[in-house]
Amino acid sequence: MTTILSNIKIKELEEKARDIRISIIEMLAEAKSGHTGGPLGMADVFALLYFYMLKHDPQNPSWSERDRLVLSNGHICPVLYATMAHAGYLPLEELKTLRKFGSRLQGHPHREFLPAMETSSGPLGEGLSQAVGMALALRVDGKENQVYCLMGDGELNEGQIWEAAMLAGKEKLGKLIGIVDRNNIQIDGSTDKVMPLLPLKEKFEAFNWHAIEADGHDFQSLNNALVEAQAITDKPSIIIARTIPGKGVPEIENDYHWHGKAPSKEEAERFISVLKNPSL
Amino acid sequence: MILNPKIFSSDIEMKATREGFSEGLLLAGDENKNVVALCADLTESVKMDGFTKKYPERFFEMGIAEQSMASVASGMAAMGKVPFIGSYAVFSPGRNWEQIRTTICYNNANVKIIGSHSGVTVGEDGGSHQCLEDIALARVLPNMTVIVPCDAIEAKKATVAMAKTNTPAYLRLSRPKTAVITAEETPFEIGKSQVFFTPKEKAVAGIVACGHLVYDSIKAAKELENEGIFVSVLNLATIKPLDEEGVLQFVESSGGKIIAVEEHQKYGGMGGAVAEFLAKNRPTPMEFIGADDVFGQSGTPDELIERYGMGASSIKEAIKRILER
Repeated sequence: MTTILSNIKIKELEEKARDIRISIIEMLAEAKSGHTGGPLGMADVFALLYFYMLKHDPQNPSWSERDRLVLSNGHICPVLYATMAHAGYLPLEELKTLRKFGSRLQGHPHREFLPAMETSSGPLGEGLSQAVGMALALRVDGKENQVYCLMGDGELNEGQIWEAAMLAGKEKLGKLIGIVDRNNIQIDGSTDKVMPLLPLKEKFEAFNWHAIEADGHDFQSLNNALVEAQAITDKPSIIIARTIPGKGVPEIENDYHWHGKAPSKEEAERFISVLKNPSL
Repeated sequence: MILNPKIFSSDIEMKATREGFSEGLLLAGDENKNVVALCADLTESVKMDGFTKKYPERFFEMGIAEQSMASVASGMAAMGKVPFIGSYAVFSPGRNWEQIRTTICYNNANVKIIGSHSGVTVGEDGGSHQCLEDIALARVLPNMTVIVPCDAIEAKKATVAMAKTNTPAYLRLSRPKTAVITAEETPFEIGKSQVFFTPKEKAVAGIVACGHLVYDSIKAAKELENEGIFVSVLNLATIKPLDEEGVLQFVESSGGKIIAVEEHQKYGGMGGAVAEFLAKNRPTPMEFIGADDVFGQSGTPDELIERYGMGASSIKEAIKRILER
């Protein structure tokens, strides 16, 4: 079942993820506000999805055969925008317009501004239901498209997530794969203190999901999880991806204060030089 | 206007607007295979059961989960479906208002929200279930169309018409059987108001009404006519987008004085929509019939309409009040 990623592919994905992280820092510094920790933590997951796993065509975003990717925790949209730009959906130069008046790159995703995204998001807990709706509608039409839904772990506090989880389990949505950004932080502190989620894998299993844990910064581990999830056709799958918020910039890694703030110009220069040369 | 010829007869046919919706949903489903229905454990109450039986593969039982239902429908609409979501108005658009705002209206998703059991005429279940706020909740949302049909036939036509638009819409329904005041031939168009009663002499005031209280309004106007007070009645089925031209013409031909009649809070509903428009374009004295910033209670629909001052006698009193202004 496991597909081994070649060393060349892994190297290529590492470079993509690094470029995405640099873009995230640049765009946040330019915007002077926004979320830093989450986007950096999810850069590897996004790189693997957009540059290896997803069936999609950046030149034809409305291609009906594409896989659907719903970003439920919309506040980490810098990683979505940066990844989409590196994949060719929008010019890299446009990333500088994040959060600015008239920009397609709204503070939280608004599909009316950027239709290449599958939905608008920001208010937490709503993406999984939309992904379930997409998977149900595609199944009614006899389509085989995969539907992915990316969620934060703090977001799992929302009751609506579990309404959707119940429905997906009931409907045995084999084409639905959820990915939880398990970074253990939310705005008020650690998820363990704010609202404990453990045992998380077992929670999803109790809702009749196939649950897999993976290292969110190890492409082989993530790829194994995705391949395993795709092979499960009689129930939805959840991948609990262990990530480090702020990943790639050691001085802010795992610091929840960096959940919702942007780097200053000086910080951005320092962070980017570390990303470009991790041995510094 | 062609209406039910038995409109002033005591044996006028009675039928719930939710029954009309049920027929309309079947027609819409026959016409378009992309029409799907979702319900939150109230399939029979909301009258989706006919559709469920005919098109089981296009019906989705959500369980008691109105918030998820709204967003699931948004996802289905993104895949080209035309989802109708059904529950009681107090739960949808009440409970799930933010999901409707973000996942339906913010996405301009083609989802049709069916809020049944609105108003005090829910009756015995009591105030917790009597939604008197839903018109306000729905009409404040960008991209949303809001329709409150006056009877079962209009509810059927509104359902068929909604299925043909490509944007979010809210349809407000009632539980009890109410008078069927229109006929199959009565025209219906989203966004068009219709004069349902014109007195035999020049009107000195006008009643703008929606929902089943259009019938009480016509009865009140007829009784007033017998007393020598001449008022006209406008059926404002579509509250948003407002038929501005129709409302203006009605005000001009109705003595420049208006009573708004709805089974809703006085604040924020249909009367509010009319007042907002008129205040800017044609300042007009108005009286408001509706719940006076209070919740309902248990009772029969008739008792409650009387208690909360929404029936024909209250409408007549309001007309007399406004004529003194």
